[in-house]
Amino acid sequence: MLKEGAFRNPSGCAIVGVIDRSGRKMTGEGMIEAITVMHDRSNGLGGGFAGYGIYPHYKDFYAFHLFYDGKEARQETEAFLNRYFETVYSSQIQTRKVAGVVDEPLIFRYFLAPLPQKLSRSHLDEREYVARCVNRINAQINGAYVFSSGKDMGIFKGVGYPEDVGRFYRLEEYEGYAWTCHGRYPTNTPGWWGGSHPFGLLDFSVVHNGEISSYDANRRYIEMFGYKCTLHTDTEVITYIIDYLVRRQGLTLTEAAHVIAASFWSTIEGKDADAREQEMLLRRMFPSLLITGPFSVILGYTGGLMALGDRLKLRSTVCAEKGDLAFISSEESAIRRVQPDLDRVYSPAGGEPVIYELYQKGGNA
Amino acid sequence: MRTIDAEGMDYAQLNAQVRSCEEEEICITRCIGQRYIGTGLSGRRIVVDGTPGNALGAYLDGATIRVNGNVQEATGDTMNAGVIAVAGSAGDATGYAMRGGRIFVEGNVGYRCGIHIKAYRENRPAIVIGGRAGSFLGEYQAGGTIIVLGLHTDGRPIVGNFCGTGMHGGEIFLRCEHVPPRLPAQVRAERIASLPAEAASLVQEWCAAFGRDARELLSSAYIRLTPDSNNPYRQMYIAN
Amino acid sequence: MMDRMYISPAYEVVRDAARCTTCRLCEQQCANGVHAFDVRTGRMTADNGRCVNCHRCVCMCPTHALKIVRSDDVYPENANWDAQTVNEVYRQADSGGVLLSSMGNPKPQPIFWDRLLINASQVTNPSIDPLREPMETRLFLGKRTAKIERDKNGKLKNTLAPGLTLEVPILFSAMSYGSISYNAHACLARAAEELGTYYNTGEGGLHRDFYRYSRNTIVQVASGRFGVFKDYLGKAAAIEIKMGQGAKPGIGGHLPGMKLTADVSETRMIPQGTDAISPAPHHDIYSIEDLRQLVCSLKEATEYRKPVIVKVAAVHNAAAIASGIARSGADIIAIDGYRGGTGAAPTRIRDNVGIPIELALAQVDQRLRDEGIRDEVSLIAGGSIRSSADVVKAIALGADACYIGTAALLALGCHLCRSCHTGLCNWGIATQRPELVARLDPDVGSRRLVNLVTAWKREIQEMMGGMGINSIEALRGNRLMLRGVGLTDRELDILGVRYAGENM
Repeated sequence: MLKEGAFRNPSGCAIVGVIDRSGRKMTGEGMIEAITVMHDRSNGLGGGFAGYGIYPHYKDFYAFHLFYDGKEARQETEAFLNRYFETVYSSQIQTRKVAGVVDEPLIFRYFLAPLPQKLSRSHLDEREYVARCVNRINAQINGAYVFSSGKDMGIFKGVGYPEDVGRFYRLEEYEGYAWTCHGRYPTNTPGWWGGSHPFGLLDFSVVHNGEISSYDANRRYIEMFGYKCTLHTDTEVITYIIDYLVRRQGLTLTEAAHVIAASFWSTIEGKDADAREQEMLLRRMFPSLLITGPFSVILGYTGGLMALGDRLKLRSTVCAEKGDLAFISSEESAIRRVQPDLDRVYSPAGGEPVIYELYQKGGNA
Repeated sequence: MRTIDAEGMDYAQLNAQVRSCEEEEICITRCIGQRYIGTGLSGRRIVVDGTPGNALGAYLDGATIRVNGNVQEATGDTMNAGVIAVAGSAGDATGYAMRGGRIFVEGNVGYRCGIHIKAYRENRPAIVIGGRAGSFLGEYQAGGTIIVLGLHTDGRPIVGNFCGTGMHGGEIFLRCEHVPPRLPAQVRAERIASLPAEAASLVQEWCAAFGRDARELLSSAYIRLTPDSNNPYRQMYIAN
Repeated sequence: MMDRMYISPAYEVVRDAARCTTCRLCEQQCANGVHAFDVRTGRMTADNGRCVNCHRCVCMCPTHALKIVRSDDVYPENANWDAQTVNEVYRQADSGGVLLSSMGNPKPQPIFWDRLLINASQVTNPSIDPLREPMETRLFLGKRTAKIERDKNGKLKNTLAPGLTLEVPILFSAMSYGSISYNAHACLARAAEELGTYYNTGEGGLHRDFYRYSRNTIVQVASGRFGVFKDYLGKAAAIEIKMGQGAKPGIGGHLPGMKLTADVSETRMIPQGTDAISPAPHHDIYSIEDLRQLVCSLKEATEYRKPVIVKVAAVHNAAAIASGIARSGADIIAIDGYRGGTGAAPTRIRDNVGIPIELALAQVDQRLRDEGIRDEVSLIAGGSIRSSADVVKAIALGADACYIGTAALLALGCHLCRSCHTGLCNWGIATQRPELVARLDPDVGSRRLVNLVTAWKREIQEMMGGMGINSIEALRGNRLMLRGVGLTDRELDILGVRYAGENM
C-alpha cells in the first residue's frame, strides 16, 4: 500500500471536546475517560488530543510537535528551523510504553520564535510566515512531519485507540482549559501517526467525524490560495477552509459556519431581511467552500471551541453545560461519563454553529 | 457649460462625471488616454482638448463630440447616431460597424476605417476624411458613405491597399483622378464629375466643422466605388 | 464526360400502399417537394433526391404509412474512400464551391463524456433522496472576487459584481433570429423565463416583441455588431461577446440575403435581402488587450450593471486564452467545443477545427486554478452537451453551467437532418418562411423545452443525491466524482481524472 497522504483517506470517527469557560484548568484524563466510552466508534488505527493553555511558561512561542522517521529527518529539520526561528527550548516529548501503541516515531517538541530579520524580509505577517514554514517542512523534508504548531496549545496523536494514545503521551501530566479528542475509524490506511487527528494549523485544531462529498471541489478551490492538501483527508481541507475564511478573509466563526454549512436557499429565504442578505452574500462569495455530505467538527482555537455539523445533520452532535464547563461530543454518554450531572443537554441543529469561549477570551487564567 | 479637468482621472471616473453631468455642454480639458469617452451618450455636446483614449464615442447614440487633437483606435465603434468631429487625425478601425451618425476627420485615418459600416432605414452612417485613408478602407462595407478628400501633402496615394474588400453596400467617394489599383472584383469604380447632393452636403458639413472652403472640394472630380451585388458570396458555397 | 455527376439519393421514402389513404398531408408538409400526387395513377409518388430525411412526413402521416430508409445503392466498398467522401469530391468538382453543412460534427470522433463515469455513495457516507430532501441546483454566474468589507455596524457589504442567477445549471446557447425562426426564439425566451434561466439572442439582434423577457435574455455582440445599439444592450441580463463558435472556430458568419426577411432585417438593423456578413475577427480586437477594451466599453455603455460573457471556441491553447480573458474584466467565459452545432458552416471547418469541450474545459479550469484566478470568471461549457449526465460530468470537471443548443432544437422537433442552410426547415425552426414558421407553436415548443430541462434537472438531482452532494456548487470541479474508462494515461492526465477502479 502507498504511504498515507499519498491517497485520499476518508474515515469515520468519534469526537469529544470540553472547555472550562472560567479558564480553570484540567488534565487530559477526562478526555481519555470520555473517549473510552465511544471505543466502538474507533478501530484502533488512530487517536489524538488537542489541549489549550497547556504551555503557560512558553505561551508566547510557537510550540512545534514533530514526528521524525529517523535521525536524518531530525537533523535536516532542525537545520531548517535554525534558519528561520530562534529555538527557545526543545526536547523529546515524554511518553510511556503502552501495550496498544507500537511503532512510534521519534517525537520532538520545540518552542520557537521567528527570526525577526527573516520575518521582516519575508513581508509576511507572523502567522503566515510560521504557516508557510510548517508547509515547507511537511512537503519537502522526507520523514519529518509537524503535527502541532500553535502557541500555548498542543496536539498529541498516534496510531492506536485514543485512550491508549492519551496514556502513551502521559496527558494526565498536562493541564489545559480546553481539550478535544478524536478516535479514528479510517477505511483506507494501515495507520500513520501523522494521519491521525486532530489536524492542526497554528492554533487551529480540528477533529472531525464523517466523509464529506464535496472534498475535491473544496480541495481544488482552497489550493488556489497557497494551501497544499498533502494528507488528502477531510479534516485537513476543513482546517484550511476555516483558516482561509477566518484568519485570511477576516470572517467571524459564525460567518465561516454560514459558508461551510450554509443553510439551504429555501431556509435562507425564510429568514429576516438582515440574516437573509448576509447569508446569501456569504454563499455567493464562497460557493466552493460549501461542504456537503456528513460531517461533525470540533474546532479548537485560542480561547474557544466551535462545534459545527453538516446542514442535513448526517452526524450526531451533543452539547452540554455544567456550570463553567461546556462539552461537545458525538455521543451524550461520553459526556455523562465525566460529568453525570449536567445543567443542560441539547443537540444543535444541522449547520448551526455552537461556540463556547472563555469568559475572558484570550486570557489564559 | 461644465468644464472637467481630466488630469489624473481614470476613465471610469471621468465617464461617470460626464454621464451624471446635468449640463448639455461639457468641455473636457487635459484629456490624456482616457477611454470610452461619451460611450452610448445622447443629448450632449462634448468638446475634448488633448488626446482621448481608444473607443471614443463607442455606441454613441446622438451626442456630439469634438476633439481638438488626434484620436486613437476604434473611434465611434458601433456608433448609432450623433457626430464625432476630430480636428486632427484618427487611428485604426475608425467607425467600426457604425450604423448611423457622422464622423468627420480633418486629417488622416489609419487602417480599416469604416469597416462594416451599414445603413438601416433612416440611419445612414457617413465618414468624411480630410487627408488620406489607410488600407482596407470600407472593408465589408454594407451601407453608408465614406468620402476621402485627399487634402494631404505627403504625396502618398489617397487610400492604401484592398480598398472596399468585401464591400456589399453603400458607396465610397475618393477625390482623385485615378481608380486605386487592385480593387476587389465585386467593386465597381466610376469617375464622376461632381459629387451627388447627399455627399456634397456631407463635404459642406466637414468644411463647416474645420473652417475650410468647400468650393474647390465640390468642383473636383471623384472616383465613386459601389459593390455590384449585395450578395457577393452567394456562388461560393455548395450544400453538402 | 458529364457536366454534373449524378449522385444517387442517400435516402429512400418507403410508402406502405396498404396504409396510404392519399390524404396528401405528406405533400403539404414537405417544403422540399418530395411527395406528389400522381393524378393518372391516383397514388402518391416520392422524389427521393429531394428528401433530407427530416422525418416531418413520417411523423405527420396519420396512418403511419411512411418510413425513410438509407439507400442501398453503394459505391465499391472502400474503407478509405467512403461514399460521403467521394460524393463531396463530386460536389466540388461540379460546382467549385466550398462545402457547406449544418448542425454539429457528425463524424465518429471520440466523445469523452461517454468515457467518464460518475461516483455514488456506499456505506462510508450516505446518498441523499432528492425527491424528499433539498437538492439545490441554483447557482450564480459571474465574478466571485468580492472583498470582505463591513459597514459601521460590522455587517458585510455586498461587493459582488453583477451576475446571473440560474435555477438550473443549463442555459440555451446563442442562436440568432435569422438562423432560427421567430417562433423558435419565442419558445426559447418563454422557456428560459419559466425555468429561471437564460436564452441567448445570438448575433442577430433582439426582436422588440421579446424585450419583455429581458430578465432572461443574454444578448450577443459579434463581429458584425448586428442590431447592437443602446436599447439592445439595455434589454439584457448579460452581454456576450462572441469571439468564436465551436462549429466554426476562426471564421466569421454569413447569413444569406434570402433569409434577410423584413422582420429579420429590422432586428439585425440592416436592409432586407442583403447578406449579413460577420467578419472572422472583431476588427477592434487583434490582441488580448483589445478584448479588455471591448469588455470595458460594453460595461461603460451599460454603466457596470451587467456581467459580460466572452464566448470562445475550444482550440489548442484554450487554457492560455481563458487565462487572458479572465484577466480582461470579463465575468464569464463560455467555451464551445468542436462538436457544437451551427446553422451553417463550411464542412471542413466544422469537422476539422477545434478540440473537444471535455479536454478544453478540464484544462481551462485547472489553468485558472493554477493561476489563482478561477474566481475571476465563471465557466459555461457548450459544444455538444447531450444529456443530464453530460451536464453533471461537465460541472464535475469544472464548469459552472452548460449551454445547450442542439438538444433544445431537438426538443422543438429538429430531427438533425443537417439542412438548416437551405432555409426550408419543415419543423419551422431554421426557416423564415411564414407557412413553415407557423408550424412551430410557441405554446407547445416552450412547454417541450420546459419539460426537457425539468427532466434533466431531476436527473441531475438524482445523480447528485447518489454522490451525497446536495448543492450543485459542491459538485463544481469535484473531479474525484469522476473516473475514466477506455482512456489513455495522457487523456486522463489532461482531464485530471483517475482511472475507474483507482482509489486515489
